[in-house]
Amino acid sequence: MSEIIKVGMADLKVCKPPDGLTTLGLGSCVGVALRDPILKIGGLVHIMLPDSTAIRGSHNNPAKFADTGIEELIREMEMMGARRSRLTAKLAGGATMFAVATRSSDVGMIGDRNVKACKTILERMKIPILAENTGANYGRTVIFYPDSGDYHIRAVGKDVIII
Amino acid sequence: MARLDLQKISDTYYDVLKELGNIGAGNAMTALSQMLQCKIDMRVPQVQLLEFQDVGALMGGEEQIMVCVMLGVEGDITGSMMFMIEKKSAKHLINKVMMGYGEPGEDFSEMELSALNEVGNIITGAYLNALASMTNLRLQPSPPALTIDMAGAILSVPAIEFGIMGDKLLLIQSQFFDEIEIDGYFILIPDIDSYVRILSSLGLPVDGLLIEHDE
Repeated sequence: MSEIIKVGMADLKVCKPPDGLTTLGLGSCVGVALRDPILKIGGLVHIMLPDSTAIRGSHNNPAKFADTGIEELIREMEMMGARRSRLTAKLAGGATMFAVATRSSDVGMIGDRNVKACKTILERMKIPILAENTGANYGRTVIFYPDSGDYHIRAVGKDVIII
Repeated sequence: MARLDLQKISDTYYDVLKELGNIGAGNAMTALSQMLQCKIDMRVPQVQLLEFQDVGALMGGEEQIMVCVMLGVEGDITGSMMFMIEKKSAKHLINKVMMGYGEPGEDFSEMELSALNEVGNIITGAYLNALASMTNLRLQPSPPALTIDMAGAILSVPAIEFGIMGDKLLLIQSQFFDEIEIDGYFILIPDIDSYVRILSSLGLPVDGLLIEHDE
């Protein structure tokens, strides 16, 4: 029996086929899907913010940030046997949900900044980004299948895209 | 700077925040029912401290399609104010506002969207006015922004704001409905620092709730 494992906001999960990973209603957050194509181990992290070092206050959840979230996801995948050097990535999310910025802070651009941060980090780790479906102004529900590496993206009033 | 420790907030404080939501939403409901010329009821407000992963499930699941009018709040209190209504209800509501002259079908015309935005603006304004006069604090709402999308995606916006400061989200939620079809929510999400200001403006001692910032 295959199962689709749910990943919440600021959360991360790993799995093996035939299971899949899903996160519902990605807005300005980014869903980074990593995969070891040899062992077909997959991981998905739902990132809320770009940088854990630029934040004041106490934080105990590594999955919240791009830098710590991707690192933690790789660590959990490695525990299942995945190799860092083989990993590939796909990105989705990072939308700008409201056309008008309702706050004076720069959180309005957070979607773009999240995507950019994820790309920089993956580049630094030499993990190739195979595909992405990011930006624009709508929410996305994503399902990642580590068996095929397919990343299904669903949005309101749009056809399913597979990247 | 001293900050609020979310774990230390006791039931008394929750009750006060609930009452705040009650008065704010009550005022907003009066505005809405005058506009629609019908009776609108509301449920007892909820004050919830949520893990981010539970935020999406707040109203009928992450994928529930909602119409949302969101305003930023600036002034003595900063935060976000959201008026969220399920898509079908929104259609019903706007048709009522336009005296039955709305577009047929499920989708919204430009005119209907603009009217919805204004309805959201007026009733969240009523909510914030009640809040301002009760706390004696200055509140300035930003112009409203409207979106129609999955609840989870919409709620990620205030969640990210709150995520900058902590690992959980504290919000004041009020649900309203009429006898037929309208079903919607008001969500007030003050920034974490603003909770301290709100509580102390109402005369509650907050010293015991603070954590010293030692970074």
